[in-house]
Amino acid sequence: MAQVNTVKLKASNKQAGRKIGGTVAIFAVLLIVGLFMLMPIYLTVVMSIKPVEELFIFPPKLYAMRPTLDNFGDMFEALHSNRVPFSRYVFNSVAVTVSVTVLQCVFASMAAFVLAKCKFPGGKTINSIIVVALLYQSNVIYIMQYIVMAKMGLIDNPLALILPSIASPMGLFLMRQSIGQVPDAMIEAAKVDGAGLFRICWQIVMPNQKPALMTLIIFAFQAAWNIQAGTVVFQEQYKTLPTVVTQAAASGLARAGVAMAAAVFMLIPPIVVFMLAQRQVIETMAHSGIKD
Amino acid sequence: MAQIAADDIGKRTKKEERAMMWRSVKQNKACYAMLAPFMIFFIIFTIVPVVMSLPMGFTDFNMAQTPKFIGLSNYTTLFLSDKIFIESIRVTIVFALFTGPVSYVLCFLLAWLINELHPKLKTVFTLIFYAPSMANVYTVWQLIFSGDMNGYINSFLINLGIINSPIQWLTDAKYVLGVTIVVQLWISLGAGFLALRAGFQNIDRSMYEAGAIEGIKTRWQELIYIVIPSMGPQLMFAAVMQIVSSFTAGTVAQNLVGFPSTDYKAHTIMTHAYDYGWVRYEMGYASAICMVLFIAMYLCNKLISKVLSKYMD
Repeated sequence: MAQVNTVKLKASNKQAGRKIGGTVAIFAVLLIVGLFMLMPIYLTVVMSIKPVEELFIFPPKLYAMRPTLDNFGDMFEALHSNRVPFSRYVFNSVAVTVSVTVLQCVFASMAAFVLAKCKFPGGKTINSIIVVALLYQSNVIYIMQYIVMAKMGLIDNPLALILPSIASPMGLFLMRQSIGQVPDAMIEAAKVDGAGLFRICWQIVMPNQKPALMTLIIFAFQAAWNIQAGTVVFQEQYKTLPTVVTQAAASGLARAGVAMAAAVFMLIPPIVVFMLAQRQVIETMAHSGIKD
Repeated sequence: MAQIAADDIGKRTKKEERAMMWRSVKQNKACYAMLAPFMIFFIIFTIVPVVMSLPMGFTDFNMAQTPKFIGLSNYTTLFLSDKIFIESIRVTIVFALFTGPVSYVLCFLLAWLINELHPKLKTVFTLIFYAPSMANVYTVWQLIFSGDMNGYINSFLINLGIINSPIQWLTDAKYVLGVTIVVQLWISLGAGFLALRAGFQNIDRSMYEAGAIEGIKTRWQELIYIVIPSMGPQLMFAAVMQIVSSFTAGTVAQNLVGFPSTDYKAHTIMTHAYDYGWVRYEMGYASAICMVLFIAMYLCNKLISKVLSKYMD
């Protein structure tokens, strides 16, 4: 026994073949790939603080010689269109993002709780439909969604930006996997005390699901923040930030500084949210596996 | 179920069974009530669209008139006379082969390498790799691959003396697909990557210790004998995410190399569906295209789950 213990100790001190050279090599590989990943984002930031005349210098510099925040100021001027100020697009995006995120989290949490912890006719079927639906929650169904929305009279209505994104199979799936780890005894005890399902869900289960909830918030936030008005909304006053950013980027080098400023503006909120929640996301994604 | 009931003592009639079923539905009213808000939106915006594309694929429908049943003619046109569709299949396969497996392996390797580092560095690298998929910021690639001398790649290559005149990366038929693949790879480390990252983090340390006792010497052996077998479910989740993103890519290409791209060289099936759905309003035809994509994705999913099935518990 004692011998096994010492072997174990040795093993935990030095995991299989942990050579310092290997670690350095790993770091080097990650650094190279990391640079490739980071470079475009770095350039976005650099372009956003370059004054306009520097954009036309050849060869293009990898840094700004006289950094300026003018582009961010100009962004408000340049990206507005007939009678719709830039702040309106920001407001639209924030409104869409907040409503999608809140509704998605609330609805998915309740559904996930029921699907993970209750046995009822149809539950199994719905569970397996959700797993298949992970495949189809993408732009393949946009065209059919469009027909459905047209039948409902939602085209050119700001609700068309919000409603289709509320029921996300991925959010439900991740939450279900996470709630599945809650011991049944806890729920049974609450039932014995006379608590209804709704109360069990919100007062007993969900307070312990903070990591999963943060994960849902991150994915919902990112998806909603990137919603483009695209083909469902035509009125300028309902368009969202990504729509104008894409439009600005398409209008050539003279506008590049402003377009990149807008891109930086787009990128900051999701990065902040992700940084705040990374640890919890990793915790939740550990249960993300598909087993059937 | 039904068979067991039939063999059982005191056989139940169909009617009794239905009555029991109904009773249990009524008993679980609260469950259905809590499920309802999600399911209403899920049915309207996911189930109905997916299910509807099957019958819609057999019709001629332009949004204005009622759909007209035309049998298999959409499908025969697609595979027999639509040259651009055949080209788009080729593009999608090349595209999916590069962005799917390459990005999947990349997600896995990067997640593995990150996991070997100090916790602080783990956080930093996870953020760096995940950041590109967070927002639609790939527009900067337009400037990087810009066709004039001011494009970063062009000026870099000219400075090194590799080329003399700028290359039209975004319009030259030789390069458009390659450029789109690079950009798609850049934004492809998404939810699947995070799932794998978490999978590595969650492997019990005692597994490694046991492995060390059994004679596992290198990180590589550890990966093959310990890590992969215990990560089946995460591998499956990541695979699903990669299938979706590689098969349905199209927007990146449309924004980057234009629509339609030069000689349709970056014209994916998804772009083709977009073309018929929203540019020409031939919804029946577009549905047929989507159906082909649905089936391809489903088969690919089945194939992967078969490969990974030995790692599932």
